[in-house]
Amino acid sequence: MDLTFLIATSIKIGLFFTIVLTFVAYSVYAERRFSAIIQDRVGPNRTMIPTSILGFKNDLKLPLGGLTQPIADGLKFILKEDFTPGHVRKSFFWLAPCMTMVPSLITIAVIPFMSPIAWDNGETTISGAIADLDVGPLFIFAVSSLAVYGIAIAGWASNSKYPFLGGVRASAQMISYEIALGLSIIPVLLVFGDLNLNRIVQEQSANGWLLLPLWNEAGMIWQSSYWENGGAQRWLLWIPMVLAFIIFSISIFAETNRTPFDLAECETELVGGYHTEYSSMKFALFFLGEYAAMVVGSALIVTLFLGGWSLPFGLDGLLVDDGAFPLWASLLHMGVFLSKVVVFILFFILVRWSIPRFRYDQLMRLGWVVFFELALINIVLTALLIAKPTLDKQGPNVFWISMAGLAVFSALMFLLAKTVDEIVGPGKRTAPKSSPATAS
Amino acid sequence: MPQPLFYLFAILAALGAISMILNRNPVASALSMVGAFVGMAALFIGLHAYLVGIMQILVYAGAIMVLFIFIIMLLDLQPGKPRSLKAASVAAGCVIPVLLLMQVFGVLEQSGWERFEELDLQTAAETRSGKIEESLKEGKLPDTHLIGRTLFGTPETPGYNLPLQIIGVLLLVATVGVVVLSKKGGTESSTTKNESA
Repeated sequence: MDLTFLIATSIKIGLFFTIVLTFVAYSVYAERRFSAIIQDRVGPNRTMIPTSILGFKNDLKLPLGGLTQPIADGLKFILKEDFTPGHVRKSFFWLAPCMTMVPSLITIAVIPFMSPIAWDNGETTISGAIADLDVGPLFIFAVSSLAVYGIAIAGWASNSKYPFLGGVRASAQMISYEIALGLSIIPVLLVFGDLNLNRIVQEQSANGWLLLPLWNEAGMIWQSSYWENGGAQRWLLWIPMVLAFIIFSISIFAETNRTPFDLAECETELVGGYHTEYSSMKFALFFLGEYAAMVVGSALIVTLFLGGWSLPFGLDGLLVDDGAFPLWASLLHMGVFLSKVVVFILFFILVRWSIPRFRYDQLMRLGWVVFFELALINIVLTALLIAKPTLDKQGPNVFWISMAGLAVFSALMFLLAKTVDEIVGPGKRTAPKSSPATAS
Repeated sequence: MPQPLFYLFAILAALGAISMILNRNPVASALSMVGAFVGMAALFIGLHAYLVGIMQILVYAGAIMVLFIFIIMLLDLQPGKPRSLKAASVAAGCVIPVLLLMQVFGVLEQSGWERFEELDLQTAAETRSGKIEESLKEGKLPDTHLIGRTLFGTPETPGYNLPLQIIGVLLLVATVGVVVLSKKGGTESSTTKNESA
């Protein structure tokens, strides 16, 4: 526990929190501008700094394109009346917004924003994440699974009908999709054999991003040395990785409660969902929690599947100086990482404004009948593909027999899931005739 | 783990457990239990057992207690009245903690009341190979890899692969059983509905 470590960690905490909060504020702005473009509107494009209240004669019309809009939004949230309705359960009502916002921000701790920096002439390396844990992805899942309490408690504490329905919907949805989320990255972890996010990125830097294995330690894809050093194996594994990527990204949409999965706050049915009774800064905390979850989700997708802070085609090798990255290279890597995250945030926004909302039974069926099974099969498929060299040693046909077994297993599982869904699935259940539900 | 942090999280866990029992509001009880779980998880992490600590949060705090709160909210349980104590429950409440305390003292007795010693990671590295050896030499305890090795074994030592599979099947059977039992009343009316439709 030396001084360098303490100072570096404090700087990292301050820097990364500022970055994420700025991202949150500006993704709200980006959402409004981008949706305006999609719908052929203008959007907030003329907010300016009211210099007249600072003593100037007129408002200076700086051509900022509305970039100061997030500041105005924030001020508006703080200055509005913070109204607590009389019928709510007070202490829980106050607790809920914090319990939604805080978990999303804690998850930043394990994400490597930049490459490790060599310090003290290579004596010590400072990790690119605040806490370089050996259980990175699990930590993110564990902490972000606590966010569901905030939403459920908000719905319950509001003590009125629509928020309650929103809270119940949100908790059922988040529990369901957490399973698909957790299972879908097991193939990824099987390929890397590691749970440390920083080492996962370093591995991708050398051997090609998981979704773009166009280079490896031996060379580029167009060189024969690439294919001699396991290039074919990488492309074979590419199929389950794309499957994992699709399941993971869609589950992240469901976890962050964004359209097409925003059933918990669906305006057409539930007024505002779980935050109907909230106003002012308490509402803003829910709002920011959702966007922070989106930023962290994008960062996690980028880290696991698209090489995190690394540059493509092994260009990181050119930046190495004395066996480690100098400070400017690390900052360059941070820029690379943040640009990838921005692309994903824009993708999130694009999806929200182009795809209509699911019905609730469709949402549950997608989670339990399709994604759950697909993620399980994907795990076995990846394990078989990784074990192929070992299986081939045991006999020429062992691998193909196991693949046939997997095919039969998958078919049976989908059949079973579909049958169960048809008997007791959402929309199919009716209350038992003998005891009608009594309103209390 | 630095000592102040140990006391912080130990107090958090103990306070959470106590307020879970004393609270009359079921939701508040459930939330205090989450607090206790988080404190426990932090204590595990302090013992370098990262995987166990994270699993504690992921499984207990993140999944099981969410279901508890979900059910409490759905059934809209009201704060219970203070119950009168029965002799049997008081007796059970005394016997079980005594048994658990005896177990703790048994473990302490076996250790011979000696001071806690830091693990010698460098010596441990010599008996291992691969990734485990690498991280041990770096001075880190690779708890995830060690648990995996113990659970699934190596070509030389068998590990606990078969028991793990059996437990998995047992849990699956239990889950299916619960679904069947809870569906007993509903199936008849749902089939009649399908026929009419």
